[in-house]
Amino acid sequence: MTLRVQALESLLVEKGLVDPAALDAIIETYEHKVGPRNGARVVARAWSDPAYKTRLLAEPVAAIAELGFEGRQGEHMVVVENTPQVHNLVVCTLCSCYPWPLLGLPPVWYKSAPYRSRAVIDPRGVLAEFGTVVGEDVEVRVWDSTAEVRYLVLPERPAGTDGLSEDALADLVTRDAMIGVTRVNP
Amino acid sequence: MNSVHDMGGMDGMGRIAPEADEPVFHGAWEARALALTLAAGAWRKWSIDAARHARESIPGPDYLTMSYYRIWITALEAQLVDSGLVTAEELTSGAPDPAATKASPPLTAERVAGALSRGGPSSRQTARGFLFQPGDVVVARNRHPAGHTRLPRYVRGRVGVVERTHGSHVFPDTNAHGLGENPQPLYTVRFTARELWGERAHPRDTVRLDLWEDYLDLV
Repeated sequence: MTLRVQALESLLVEKGLVDPAALDAIIETYEHKVGPRNGARVVARAWSDPAYKTRLLAEPVAAIAELGFEGRQGEHMVVVENTPQVHNLVVCTLCSCYPWPLLGLPPVWYKSAPYRSRAVIDPRGVLAEFGTVVGEDVEVRVWDSTAEVRYLVLPERPAGTDGLSEDALADLVTRDAMIGVTRVNP
Repeated sequence: MNSVHDMGGMDGMGRIAPEADEPVFHGAWEARALALTLAAGAWRKWSIDAARHARESIPGPDYLTMSYYRIWITALEAQLVDSGLVTAEELTSGAPDPAATKASPPLTAERVAGALSRGGPSSRQTARGFLFQPGDVVVARNRHPAGHTRLPRYVRGRVGVVERTHGSHVFPDTNAHGLGENPQPLYTVRFTARELWGERAHPRDTVRLDLWEDYLDLV
């Protein structure tokens, strides 16, 4: 694939169809600037500031933009909250839809056939593979991203984190917990 | 189209294989593949719906064995030729047609940050009213278009409840084929897992999808 992509890039650059410096800037953005740390900051803010959490659930795009995150693949957002009664899980069965401004580009497993096929029919089995056991009395709520609305899971704040700063809380929040396949551990 | 990209509910795809400390890109070519796709897309010769359709149109047996960025590059090459940005001869030879004049790229390095942070909303203002309200019981139509659709097979013919509206959004089934944006109401519809999967599903579990009005009928 290396040679094939190099050949295509070289052709498109020679034809003046793409700017190689623009390619570098796109890669720099998704390799170093945009990633799950963004989502973790949103979650930590929601855990620390009840008014922010209310805004985040009611007007997610605006609340997320307050922290400076916006744009491609985050134009339309819904934030879904895990509670003792509800565990949310996000998938895109048809392709690989994912909230880029908050989580960066999706991991390979999220785009893979095993996850896309099973998340809707066997969510509890999928969760178990990630070491997440959900009780019989809990609703597993699967969100299949079939349109341009992107979903972020607001995980439950772990017990024993009352004294932690927002930065320390953000350090606990993982990409997988914001997809919904795991919980956040203290 | 009823191809293998529409995977929801299939068995036999194996275990999920998360990779510890996964890099953003597995090799430099994946990074270039992503960037080329976005930069070429800036010509606006095709929509995101058309791009998805190009990926889905890769024959199923190939799609299942290709890595994700290989799917992207394969679809990009097809779209470059279909749109006329590149000729089939140029793609094969790797050299520009000497008779062609050199273009000027719409996405320059200094425009990247702005373009990525603006994105491209799919919502549209329309005069069209909402046929359904939250709480309405709806059935997903049993439709099987040969072209692009975002109505997965596993909900067709199944009954759910409208949970909320998202305003009107570009309709992928027409937009993917250059037949217009046809913006129309988009709804989140809740299905019980038992409605979709029968006794195999846990009685408490639910699945929600975002579905356009033309995918639904009132029960």
